[in-house]
Amino acid sequence: MKAFRYERPTEPGAAVAAHGGAPDARYLGGGTNLVDLMKLGVESPGLLVDVSGLPHGSIESTTGGGLRIGAAVRNSDLAADPRVLARYPVLSQALLAGASGQLRNAATVGGNLLQRTRCLYFQDVGKPCNKRDPGSGCPARDGVHRDLAILGASPHCVATHPSDMAVALAALGADVLVHGRHGPRTVPVTELHRLPGDHPERDTVLEPGDLITHIELGPVPEAARSVYRKARDRASFSFALASVAAALDAHDGTVRRVRLAFGAVAAKPWRAWTAEERLRGAPATAESFAQAVDAELAAAEPLRDNGFKIPLVRNLAIRALTDLASRRDAAGDRDPEASR
Amino acid sequence: MNPPKGAARQHTDTRTSAPVRLEGRDKVTGTARYAAEYAPDGRVYAWPIPATIARGKIVAIDCGQALAEPGAIAVLTHENAPRLGETGDRTLAVLQTPGIAHRGQYVALAVAETLEAARATAAAVRVEYAPERHQVLPRPDHPDSHVLEEADDEAPEGWQRGDVEGAYAAAEIRIDAVYRIPALHNHPMEPHAATALWADGQLVVHDSSQGAGWVRQTLSELFGMDRDRITVVSEHVGGGFGSKGTTRPHAVLAAMAARHVGRPVTLALPRNQLAAVVGYRAATEQRLRIGAAADGRISALAHEVVSYHSTIGDFVEQAAKPARSMYASPHSRTSHRVGPLDVPPPSWMRAPGECSGMFALESAMDELAVACGIDPIELRIRNEPDRDPASGLPFSSRHLVECLREGARRFGWTPGPRRPGSRTEGGLLIGTGVAASTYSADVEPSEAEAHADASGNIRILLNATDIGTGARTILAQIAAEALDVPLDRVRIEIGSSDLPYAPIAGGSTGAASWGWAVHKAATALAAQLADRNIPLSEAGLRMAVNTEADVAARSAEYARRSFGAQFAEVQVDRDTGETRLRRLLGVFAAGRILNARTARSQFVGAMTMGASMALLEHSTMDPAFGDHPERDLASYHVAVSADVPDIQAYWIEEEDPHLNPLGVKGIGEIGIVGTAAAVANAVYDATGVRVRTLPVRVESLLPNLGAR
Repeated sequence: MKAFRYERPTEPGAAVAAHGGAPDARYLGGGTNLVDLMKLGVESPGLLVDVSGLPHGSIESTTGGGLRIGAAVRNSDLAADPRVLARYPVLSQALLAGASGQLRNAATVGGNLLQRTRCLYFQDVGKPCNKRDPGSGCPARDGVHRDLAILGASPHCVATHPSDMAVALAALGADVLVHGRHGPRTVPVTELHRLPGDHPERDTVLEPGDLITHIELGPVPEAARSVYRKARDRASFSFALASVAAALDAHDGTVRRVRLAFGAVAAKPWRAWTAEERLRGAPATAESFAQAVDAELAAAEPLRDNGFKIPLVRNLAIRALTDLASRRDAAGDRDPEASR
Repeated sequence: MNPPKGAARQHTDTRTSAPVRLEGRDKVTGTARYAAEYAPDGRVYAWPIPATIARGKIVAIDCGQALAEPGAIAVLTHENAPRLGETGDRTLAVLQTPGIAHRGQYVALAVAETLEAARATAAAVRVEYAPERHQVLPRPDHPDSHVLEEADDEAPEGWQRGDVEGAYAAAEIRIDAVYRIPALHNHPMEPHAATALWADGQLVVHDSSQGAGWVRQTLSELFGMDRDRITVVSEHVGGGFGSKGTTRPHAVLAAMAARHVGRPVTLALPRNQLAAVVGYRAATEQRLRIGAAADGRISALAHEVVSYHSTIGDFVEQAAKPARSMYASPHSRTSHRVGPLDVPPPSWMRAPGECSGMFALESAMDELAVACGIDPIELRIRNEPDRDPASGLPFSSRHLVECLREGARRFGWTPGPRRPGSRTEGGLLIGTGVAASTYSADVEPSEAEAHADASGNIRILLNATDIGTGARTILAQIAAEALDVPLDRVRIEIGSSDLPYAPIAGGSTGAASWGWAVHKAATALAAQLADRNIPLSEAGLRMAVNTEADVAARSAEYARRSFGAQFAEVQVDRDTGETRLRRLLGVFAAGRILNARTARSQFVGAMTMGASMALLEHSTMDPAFGDHPERDLASYHVAVSADVPDIQAYWIEEEDPHLNPLGVKGIGEIGIVGTAAAVANAVYDATGVRVRTLPVRVESLLPNLGAR
């Protein structure tokens, strides 16, 4: 039996020191993905550093009008936070669209960001996978890949990142606070995950031993009018076929500020920079939304069985933006700061 | 869980005075013991090692490192495992040869002191293979491909009545469509497990099985032992859906390992190995041709199925069979073209044959209704046969039309031709669909014993199996009624091969077969008790019966089947193509219903499984590896509560004197038959898109819903 060491430090510095950047050390949060992967033999750590005892379990308002979310905050607690519900509804909706009640009660914010792809080949140690075993090959490209990437993939890997929460955070432009072996630093969440390129084994830009301590959300006034839309096979407890996080500030029929991100289309939450750029100052109409989304999706390279994701993400995005543009309810039209 | 608003709506009247499950409390409090939970002294654990090639040979197995693992006891391989006798089931010849017939077939078994150690030992076994080219996708042009010949089908070209081709060519309205169902996996909640123990030349196996007697029989053949030296116990079973109907490799492996290491062995198969070794519903490609007059009356019906079997099994999904009995058609033909593939062996899955075939037939009937411009219920009524078209015999009872009418009334069916795409709610397209259900109403001979003691307590003994159906409860009810005693005076002992012989829990035959024997034993005991005018002695009274002669004496002049009608309402999101079931309502005519509570549970459970088949369940054959990669419940989606917000099941009080003394037909399977067609027909009604490939998913609908 593969034995492993287990440590449960109470200070982030101690956690980082315990981990030490060792290749077989892993941080353990809620365990909802890592423990599964250990059962499957995909992960076999020699050291588990349990980070649930670190002082990262709270959500605090920042002086700048944002939120600082501890990495150990449970998904369900974050989704239910009144400040999140009022100021960043897209984040709450994304969290509640994910997994099941039981999993959300266990899963942490940090762990959610760092969960691994659910590609069936990655999860089967009896088969090749460049992400798990670099250089062994990618059977997904010609095999079962309905759930996999249409954007930003490489010949070596077509994995998707499975998180719903990360899509909302990408749209919101959240920052990831990292405590590394050389001190703290900040990584924009849109730059946390890597596209596979020649190194699909590296999911993120984090260095070995880097510990996510917090997620920081700045004030995003347009996020008060935001929405998360997720398409999936099963009504509950299933990963997205495609998802969209959107926030919109439109006045007099013109887009002032817009944020748009796609989920389940790439190895990272896909911030739709191109579409946003096109939309700023453009008419807030379905037609203009469609043109912007089409421009974003022009780079899509679908595989044999996942071409449906292009019209799916397109329709989801157009509907999300159209709904936001036409929304007359209070939250979107009031100053979110004044509404508290 | 956050089911959508209104998901808790439940219109079915669940108020019933029917008895609750006798073992329900034991199950929910965790005191009911399952096969892997028996812990004889010295019990050790086994972990199987599956082949990682789809075809070829084992060249070498290196167990050196494995046996050095802490706690390792043994590794069984084809080189050292006990030799087994022959049975008709080649999937049970485990660890006998170096040959590999499919990916996932077991090549070795690790045994160790703990579960963890067994797993680590298994992981350290090194197997070297000589792979050969494998063929895992059906090829109707393959030289080994052939049309299945059955005992009741003399004609090598399939089953035929009249001149189908001629009648079809001459028909005014012609439907010609191909329907596809992917491989589907049973995935009972309790994975297959066994605990085996040898003592004093006796073998005892606690097995998660649908029939302990069947398992005992095969073990006796495999180990060359008299049956009376073997006891198989299947007291509580966490579902089977057919996958536990026959003996499975885990039971053989556990018994082999226990003999090899001289200690009791528990083997519980991990979920992600089940897809390869305990059977599944084979994928089918079904061509339906229906020729009809403009008024919908069918003149020709051809149902031709392409499927496959494994190289070590000949089980074939006989999907075309129900088409022989459903509708009056003077010219009819069915065939199954199959060939051997290097795939995991397909086997029984809930309503084998009917479940697959009725998706195609009942979808085609809906297409015919559309082509004729008539109501799909009316179409079925116009084609109602006055006797069984397959055998020419009268039905012992057939109330399909009554089920359709009663269902239409309860569901609120809008009669008339379908008007697809005519109902919307915002961005949602709403539609309704109907389909018929059918399943055979068979019975098997069974034995049973009834005992009465001096205090008036009754014991009923037979080797029936309760796989979660409520069998224990209805058998107690039957005995209590026959003896005119309160239910709590009756003790039921089932689930052991040491008890009087009884057939397996399969083919929806349990209630009829076991019930008949229990009824006969209890009735005889009641007569004996009535004749006595002195109190019983300590030993009490005992009646042992066998229904073999009774079953054989049943008239051969009737065709016996259950029928039903299912109604579905779906919503399809115009933007995403997501289909969600809103309502499902079934009405069944399945003889006498013995327990309204457990019966409703059977119907609702099977309808849920049918809805799951319609919208979610899907196993892909990965041609590169020769396996189904969706091997856990995260990737093989089954319906969750949010997917089945409102399921209602009703039945017609059907009295049929030609079945058995209880008048029961069996209800374990009919509820899954036709469900998928009702859902797909509702999707057509909602969208105007005819989806002929299951499951109905986003990619089938999205391209056809109109660009935004």
